[in-house]
Amino acid sequence: MSDPRRTRNHGPIVAKLVLIAALMFGFGFALVPLYDVFCDITGLNGKLGNQAAPDLQFEIDAKREISLEFLTSVNGNAPIGFRAETAKMKIHPGQAYTVYFLAENLSDRKLVGQAIPSFAPGLAARYLKKTECFCFSSQTFEAHETKKMPVRFVMDPALPKGYRDVTLAYTFFNITDKKI
Amino acid sequence: MTSAATTHDDHHDHGPETGWMRWVTTTNHKDIGTMYLVFALAMLFVGGCMILAVRAELFEPGLQFVDPGFFNSMTTMHALVMVFGAVMPAYAGLANWMIPMMIGAPDMALPRMNNMSFWVLVFAVLLLASTLFMEGGAPAAGWTLYPPLVLQSGDNLPFAVFSVHLLGISSILASINIIVTVLNMRAPGMTLMKMPLFCWTWLITAFLLIAVLPVFAAAVTMLLTDAHFGTSFFDAAGGGDPVLYQHLFWFFGHPEVYIIILPAFGVISTIVPTFSRKRLFGYSSMVYATGSIAFLSLIVWAHHQFTVGMPLAGELYFMYATMLIAVPTGVKVFNWTATMWRGSLSFETPMLFSVGFIILFTLGGFTGLMLATAPADFQYHDSYFVVAHFHYTLVVGGTFPVFAAVYYWLPKWTGHLYDEKLGQLHFWLTAIAFNITFMPQHFLGLAGMPRRIPDYAIQFADFNMISSIGAFILGFSQLIFAYVVYQAIKGGEKASAEVWENASKMGLEWTVPSPAPYHTFTRAPEIE
Repeated sequence: MSDPRRTRNHGPIVAKLVLIAALMFGFGFALVPLYDVFCDITGLNGKLGNQAAPDLQFEIDAKREISLEFLTSVNGNAPIGFRAETAKMKIHPGQAYTVYFLAENLSDRKLVGQAIPSFAPGLAARYLKKTECFCFSSQTFEAHETKKMPVRFVMDPALPKGYRDVTLAYTFFNITDKKI
Repeated sequence: MTSAATTHDDHHDHGPETGWMRWVTTTNHKDIGTMYLVFALAMLFVGGCMILAVRAELFEPGLQFVDPGFFNSMTTMHALVMVFGAVMPAYAGLANWMIPMMIGAPDMALPRMNNMSFWVLVFAVLLLASTLFMEGGAPAAGWTLYPPLVLQSGDNLPFAVFSVHLLGISSILASINIIVTVLNMRAPGMTLMKMPLFCWTWLITAFLLIAVLPVFAAAVTMLLTDAHFGTSFFDAAGGGDPVLYQHLFWFFGHPEVYIIILPAFGVISTIVPTFSRKRLFGYSSMVYATGSIAFLSLIVWAHHQFTVGMPLAGELYFMYATMLIAVPTGVKVFNWTATMWRGSLSFETPMLFSVGFIILFTLGGFTGLMLATAPADFQYHDSYFVVAHFHYTLVVGGTFPVFAAVYYWLPKWTGHLYDEKLGQLHFWLTAIAFNITFMPQHFLGLAGMPRRIPDYAIQFADFNMISSIGAFILGFSQLIFAYVVYQAIKGGEKASAEVWENASKMGLEWTVPSPAPYHTFTRAPEIE
C-alpha cells in the first residue's frame, strides 16, 4: 500500500469547493439588491421611483409636443375597477400637468390596493418627474368606494430627441392580505 | 493486466456484498455508477410516458384525452424528470463508472459521499413525483417555474422547491467528488493534459455545476418565501420584479444546457477516435474549447429573455456573446470531422450514435444561431421552433452520447458483447423517429404555433399528427435499448479485455479484463 493516492488528504480541496457552493448561494441573494442598483443606475427596466420628485421649475418647450398615453390594468382577479380619466394627451416638456385616475372597490369588504407604475420606453423613465402620485402610498378603499386620484407630473425638457410617443402604465395590486 | 495480477495479494480486497443491502450501503464506484445508469433509464421511461400523454393530446386539434391543467403538469414534469432525473444522472453514472478507470484510480476520492449523492437524488425525484398524487396536481407552470404564474401553484410548490434543493445538493456533492478525484487520484505520470477528454469535460462541468446550481437554489428559495412568508422578491406590489427571477433562473439555466452537453462532448471525443482508428485530432484545442464554452455559458443567459424589454445595448451584447459560442463549438465539430478524415472507419452502434450526434447536434446548433439573432427571436420566441431547437440539442446532445457510451462500454461492464443487430436497429429507429418527431416542429413554430398549449389552430393539424406518430415510434424504440442492455447483463458472447480493435491504446479502461473486476487499479498503472 505504497500508493500515495490512498493517504492523500482531500479535506482542503473539499472545503474550498463547499465554500464556493455556499458563496454562490449567497451570490444568488446578493443579485437581488445588485439588480435594483443596476436598474437604478442604468434606468433599464422602466421603473419609476416611488418617491415624489422635488418641485422643479423647467422652461416650457412649447414647440415640442409629445404624445403620452395612460394604461391601466389590475393584477390577477383583484376586485378593482381602474381606469384613467384621460386615455391620451399631448404634452409640452417642462409644463406641469395634473391628470386623474378612477379606482373603485368592487367587493363588499375593505380593500387595500397598491398601484405600481411602469414607463415605456424604459430609458425615458428618468425624465418623467412626478410631484404627486397615488402610487406613492397604498390606497385604502371601503366597500364599493370610488376614488378619484391625481397624478401631477412634468416631463423634463432634457428628454432626448426622438421620443415622440411615451406610455405611463399602472397596475393595481390587491395587497389587503399582505403584511408590509 | 496490472490490476488482475495484483488483486490476490491485497488482503482488503473483496467482492461485492450479497443481498439487496449491497446497493444501499455500497461505496464502490462501479455499483454507484450502475445505480445511476439504471435510475436514469427508469426515469427516461417515466419522462417519456409523460410526454406521450402530451403528444397523444396534440395528435389532433381540440381536447381529447387530458384536461389542460394536467397537460401543463405533464409538459412541466417531463422537462424536470428528463433533465434532472434522466440525463444528468446518466452522465453522473458514466462519470462514476469511467473516470476512476480512465485515470487509473482505485475508486472515487470520496466513496461515502458518492453513495449519499446517489440516494439524495432518488429521494429528490420521489419528492417531485409525489406531487402527481396531490390535490391540484403536479407543478404546471413550466420547468422554468416563472413567477407570478408558479406562485399560483397549490401545495406542490414547496415540494418542487425542496426537490430542487435536494437535486442541487446531490449534484454538488457528485461534482465535488469528481473534481477531487480528477485532481488528486490520477495515476502517477498522468498529467492533466494526458487525461482522457471525458475526464476533462466532466471536470469543467463539475465546476459549472458548483457555480450555478446554488444560484438556482437561491432563486427557488425566494419563490418559496414569496409564496408562503410574505416576501416580495418577485412581487411588483411589494417592490420586487418578476423579471429578476428570469435573470436568476437563466443564470443557472443556460449553463445547465452546457452541463448536459459538455460530458456528451467528452463521450463523442472518446468514441470517434476508436472507430476511426486514429488519435483524436486537436486534443489540446478540444480542452481549451471546452473551457471557453463553459466560460461563455456563464455570460449569455439573457438571450432567453430578448422579449422582456431589454435595451438595445443589452440585446446586442447578449446576441453577439451567444453567437461567439459557435466558435469553440465549431472547433469541436471540425476536430471530430478531422478525426474521421481518412480514418479506417467502421460503424458499430456507438459510432452510429456518435456520427448521428455530430450531424443532428450541428443542426440544433444552427437553429440556435437563428434564435440568438435578437430581431428574429421575437418571431421564434415561445413557439414550437424553440421546442424543436432544444430537442435537437438536448435529445441528440444529451441522450445520443449516453446511448453511444452505454453501447461502447457495455461489454466492459458486463463482460458480454451486446446484440449488434438490435443495437443498430435501435439507432436507426431512434434517429429516424427523432427527425419525424422534431423536424416538423420547426415549421410549426415558424408558422406561429405557440408552445405549452393543449389545443391549436386547425392549420397546424398535419404536422402535429406527423410529430405525434414520430414521438410514439421514438418512445417505443427505447424498449429495444432496455432489452439489449438486459440481454448483455444476462449473458451472451464473452467480450475480450480490449473489446474494440486497438482499444487498449485508447484508454486505461481497456487494459483491465471484461467484465471489469469489482476493484480495479488498486496499484497505480504505468503511464508512458
